[in-house]
Amino acid sequence: MSRTVMDFWVGLFVMAGIGALLILGLKVGNLTSYNAGEVYNLTGNFENIGGLKIRAPVKSAGVVVGRVLDIQYSLETHDAIVTMGVSSSYQFPKDTFASILTSGLLGEQYIGLSPGGDAVMLADGDKIMKTNSAMVLEEMIGRFLFDKASEN
Amino acid sequence: MRNRIVVSIQAIGHRTIDSIWRLGVASRFFVWVLLKSTTSFLRFGLVVREIYFVGVLSLIIILVSGLFVGMVLGLQGYETLQKYGSESAVGTLVALSLVRELGPVMAALLFASRAGSAITAEIGLMKATNQLAAMGMMAVDPIARVVAPRFWAGVISMPFLAAMFSVMGVFGGYLVTVVFIGVDNGSFWSQMQNAVDFRYDIVNGVIKSCFFGVAVTAIAVFEGFDAPPTAEGVSGATTRTVVTSSLVILGLDFVLTSFMFRGVS
Repeated sequence: MSRTVMDFWVGLFVMAGIGALLILGLKVGNLTSYNAGEVYNLTGNFENIGGLKIRAPVKSAGVVVGRVLDIQYSLETHDAIVTMGVSSSYQFPKDTFASILTSGLLGEQYIGLSPGGDAVMLADGDKIMKTNSAMVLEEMIGRFLFDKASEN
Repeated sequence: MRNRIVVSIQAIGHRTIDSIWRLGVASRFFVWVLLKSTTSFLRFGLVVREIYFVGVLSLIIILVSGLFVGMVLGLQGYETLQKYGSESAVGTLVALSLVRELGPVMAALLFASRAGSAITAEIGLMKATNQLAAMGMMAVDPIARVVAPRFWAGVISMPFLAAMFSVMGVFGGYLVTVVFIGVDNGSFWSQMQNAVDFRYDIVNGVIKSCFFGVAVTAIAVFEGFDAPPTAEGVSGATTRTVVTSSLVILGLDFVLTSFMFRGVS
């Protein structure tokens, strides 16, 4: 094996090693996620997003129709503004209901869209008015205990 | 009867003293290699040549094993997680177990059996055929010329091999769970990225693989240099390299893990 060939392979090896470390570090390999072409943005204000994360799926009737693009805290309304990218091939009525749901008992959280009956469709940049916060176990137990106490 | 008891106690003592003495020789040899490493860095070509033999030629086994380990992890993780409806956490499972433990450990085990044994056999045979003695005659220090470059080549290659193992494993897990089974692509990656911390998981994995690289190659060059200059001696030394370094890797992994991941999620 000649020296130059060996140098070439070792160079390639070291580059591949550094590349592997970079992929591990950034893990951005295929973050592109749900690139179903054109998307339009919808926003919604949620009182509590629970464990919702960026790039969580947006589902309607169980079908993934988009992704959560951004989560911000609103200083005016003191709640969370969630921006969703929904595929242009799916249109939703103006009175669509957005709620944060959990898949399974311990599963990840996602946004479920339940379409209403309005004739006007949501367009890019629109805000979903009807939202339902994530279910927080402590709040739920607290409410349950409170109800029980008031029954007696 | 009494004599027999004395003889067996003597045998135990002899073995104990022998192994401690051997450990001392190995430690002195290790320090010696480090002290004579300057040549390896002044003439880096020597190290590059060895990186080719221990690193590049180990790539195939590392990459293929990584792929299959990741695929099996994905499959088994999915089987269990889908019972709880959290199959998208399979990405987290695969990535964390690979980056923290399996990547460095499996890569080091494979490296010990693929490259460590080769280093021992090569140095042992050089010694058996008096090549090392001939070098000494020509005023070329065999430790600086033969041992140190192999040691550093192993130490440099190991973290890269472990990182590539982990990347292939994550890819294998992705292939099985997302492409074949149909776990959601976005949650697979997003849950993984949320769970894997750069400092605590990835950097610790790299530190581990550096330790393993030092341990494996130090054992391999020592066993080779220490091998009795016979065919039988070289074969015994090669076996000892693989057995000792595997045990050292697993033991060291426990020690490092208990230092690194105590109290971290």
